[in-house]
Amino acid sequence: MTASATSAASAQDNTSAGQDKTNAAGSRGSQPPVPEGAITITVKIRRFNTEFDDEPRWESFQVPALPTDRVLNLLHHVKWYLDGTLTFRRSCAHGICGSDAMRINGVNRLACKVLVKDLLAGGGKATTITIEPIKGLPVHKDLLVDMEPFFEAFRAVKPYLINYGQEPTRERIQSAADRERFDDTTKCILCACCTTSCPVYWTEGSYFGPAAIVNAHRFIFDSRDEAAEERLDILNDVDGVWRCRTTFNCTDACPRGIQVTKAIQEVKRALLFKRV
Amino acid sequence: MATTTDQQLVLARPRAPRRPAARRNNFELYSWMFMRISGMALVILVLGHLLIMNILDGGVHRINWGFVAGRWASPFWRLWDLLMLWLAQLHGGNGLRTVINDYARKDATRFWLKMALYVSMVLIVSLGTLVIFTFDPNITN
Repeated sequence: MTASATSAASAQDNTSAGQDKTNAAGSRGSQPPVPEGAITITVKIRRFNTEFDDEPRWESFQVPALPTDRVLNLLHHVKWYLDGTLTFRRSCAHGICGSDAMRINGVNRLACKVLVKDLLAGGGKATTITIEPIKGLPVHKDLLVDMEPFFEAFRAVKPYLINYGQEPTRERIQSAADRERFDDTTKCILCACCTTSCPVYWTEGSYFGPAAIVNAHRFIFDSRDEAAEERLDILNDVDGVWRCRTTFNCTDACPRGIQVTKAIQEVKRALLFKRV
Repeated sequence: MATTTDQQLVLARPRAPRRPAARRNNFELYSWMFMRISGMALVILVLGHLLIMNILDGGVHRINWGFVAGRWASPFWRLWDLLMLWLAQLHGGNGLRTVINDYARKDATRFWLKMALYVSMVLIVSLGTLVIFTFDPNITN
């Protein structure tokens, strides 16, 4: 009896404490202790709630951060302790899933791969980090964008193995040299950093964009694949590789270090010289 | 643009094509290659033209009817100017075509801007070509 009464009382304590903590909608509650060595950083986020806002607005939060923190930690701090209505995507938080692509200080990066120490203002000045949604895709809310146009372009280049021959009874073997030919473009995680950093894509959404071309490249130069011609035909059109202006934004943005512009140039070369 | 949970989720039919099929012609390839080749040719043609017209032998002050007539007596300079006219028009026109393709928002705007561009290109190329071929140094008032 006594034990259950105590547990009931403690449960009640928990709920009241929980209610006390939820000061902002959906957030976890009062702020955690600030770690030693933390500095206060202004996180300036471009917010847009399509239900209430006519247009996007900037909102700043003061967030304590260690230099070794990632930008994603700052967003977590805002969402969990300051304003639970902040909306963004993230999944693995380790640069593998490609969910948290955003514009950080004006360049496309994965929030989970950028460290605070690399964004600190020099000379003891206060640091402001601006975070915007990736450009060129419709914003659903805050940092959350509609990725469908991006994936539509991806699907349109047939990003899967096509082989018209008899299916082998064992795996399709390939020499190390043949594998090396498209090794760089196998690293793509479809985060959309490259496509949404491309000025051509910003103004003309029907352009396939760097990511789709990278994924076409991955199969065009695969010795086991037989549909290089089909993909080259698709990319030879007005929305294909000839739209690329070689501004190298995509190569700079890629969190996986793929030489995106080089891959696009290789597709152009394959079209020009009919050599795969 | 905004999608809320109230809206019904509409799924496209599986394999429904969303892009028009590729046109399977090499126009964009050739226009891309033309830009590179004509660009290289124009570096020589235009810089040479500017050098002759504006810098050598007193530059722009000596240019008059007689100077042009003297230069165009040679088929070499007529060919030079003809090439420069055609390449510059096509190069610039194709550049503007890609700019219009990139930046025009509406299909109708895109169409009419391109029509205006093509008409102006044809007019200028025809007028220039006509002058180069029918230039008469002995014309009198």
